[in-house]
Amino acid sequence: MNHRIIARLDIKGPNLVKGIHLEGLRVLGSPEEFAEHYYNNGADELFYQDVVASLYERNSLDDIITRTAKMAFIPLTVGGGLRTIEDINRVLRAGADKICINTAAINNPKFIAEAVKVFGSSTIVVAIEVIKQSGKYLAYTDNGREYTGVDALEWAKKVEELGAGEICLTSVDREGTGLGFDSDLIKNVTTSVSIPVIAHGGAGSKEDIEKVIVESKADAVALASILHYDFVRKNKNPLATKSEGNFEFLKNNSVFKKINPVSLFEIKDYLNAKGIGCRFLMENTNE
Amino acid sequence: MNNNVAIIDYHMGNLFSVEQACRNVGLNPIITSKQTEIENSDAVILPGVGAFPEAMNNLNKLNLIETLKKILENEKPFMGICLGFQLLFSGSEEFGNTKGLNVFPGQVKKFPTVSSTKSKIKVPQIGWNQIHPYNSQKWKRSLLNGINNNEFMYFVHSYFVETEDDSITLTYTEYEGIKYCSSIEKDNVFASQFHPEKSAYEGIKIYNNFANSINQKD
Repeated sequence: MNHRIIARLDIKGPNLVKGIHLEGLRVLGSPEEFAEHYYNNGADELFYQDVVASLYERNSLDDIITRTAKMAFIPLTVGGGLRTIEDINRVLRAGADKICINTAAINNPKFIAEAVKVFGSSTIVVAIEVIKQSGKYLAYTDNGREYTGVDALEWAKKVEELGAGEICLTSVDREGTGLGFDSDLIKNVTTSVSIPVIAHGGAGSKEDIEKVIVESKADAVALASILHYDFVRKNKNPLATKSEGNFEFLKNNSVFKKINPVSLFEIKDYLNAKGIGCRFLMENTNE
Repeated sequence: MNNNVAIIDYHMGNLFSVEQACRNVGLNPIITSKQTEIENSDAVILPGVGAFPEAMNNLNKLNLIETLKKILENEKPFMGICLGFQLLFSGSEEFGNTKGLNVFPGQVKKFPTVSSTKSKIKVPQIGWNQIHPYNSQKWKRSLLNGINNNEFMYFVHSYFVETEDDSITLTYTEYEGIKYCSSIEKDNVFASQFHPEKSAYEGIKIYNNFANSINQKD
């Protein structure tokens, strides 16, 4: 199997942002510029998450989706604040290929089955955002803000039963920290379900990515900080243009010590050298 | 003038990216389920994501089955994608047995969930996989011209095609030990299990070649 390397872009208003534990959001720039860079550098998929959509019940992503889908001919998954079949329809019409739901799915699990019936299972990704409490993995909603008491592993099995095509599994504890993926959490889920699992949250180095694929059996990985900081580092003139959010991070050009920024090329070269299947860009020999 | 390409809308999935890919290579896409528009177009694309029986049912309701068969038999450039590739064959085992357009002999079968070595197979296959030349003579003369042998393309599917006629097979792909036909080409017809419009620059080359093949007909 070829493991997908997915560029995850968290969006707030017009900006690409990045937090730690899904909070303390810093503005990084224009989502489309990052998306275009990842597209040209061999990203296997793009994943847009509107990180405040559930909180404010707003849907502002459509224009960004459309502009991206006209430029990047790779799969685009979109999540954040999707609550109804009509919401999903709108995002797909804007140019998304797959959609991701969390809050609406936990609040009403039947919504998964309903969405699968209308759009097909391969279009529906369910996000499970997990916080570890007293040794238990619990699923949270609203981008890791709201407690539900739902056991993450039981929920993953239920999500599969309801027909979802994929699970995007986030460790909120690790998200943005660069401390590595939560390997127990990921492994527990990948060995309990038969649908693909995207590991998200914690990648600090290419070794972390290797480890979560080999040891925790992740089918795909979603990467944010590790890629974003690489792009920011190599493009000294920050791209942020719009007014919303905290810009301090960009002005200072600081990178967290735990994160070793790395490009998609470097990640794929590394995985290939380790014998881990993934798509790589070939030199064209057939022109 | 830009060539018109009819993208058949039979309510099976999102047509946005197929439309964008066409525009990207200078074609003028028309999303339609009308017979006359399809017949008057310079080329036809049958896309599709979803269930085989529902797809045949929808084509039937829209009175498009005979229209499509006629186009497939004449010289108009035709591209089938994913479900639009599978529908060209005799039938599918999805939810019992459903007849397809039956342009080519072959069956559509479900991926097993356990491999021959007893390991678990993830179904659907979602992701990038390689297309290997089945017949290396064919590759350069096909819409794959300019693309490397064994290039990666994007796949999303639970069912695969088992052809009965090897002469049409253009590429094969291997998923968890199962080798299957991932694209075919015969005369005016190119069809693939993978999504060229989701396969980055290499996939867009296929659309480009498709656009050129339409120009050659003019």
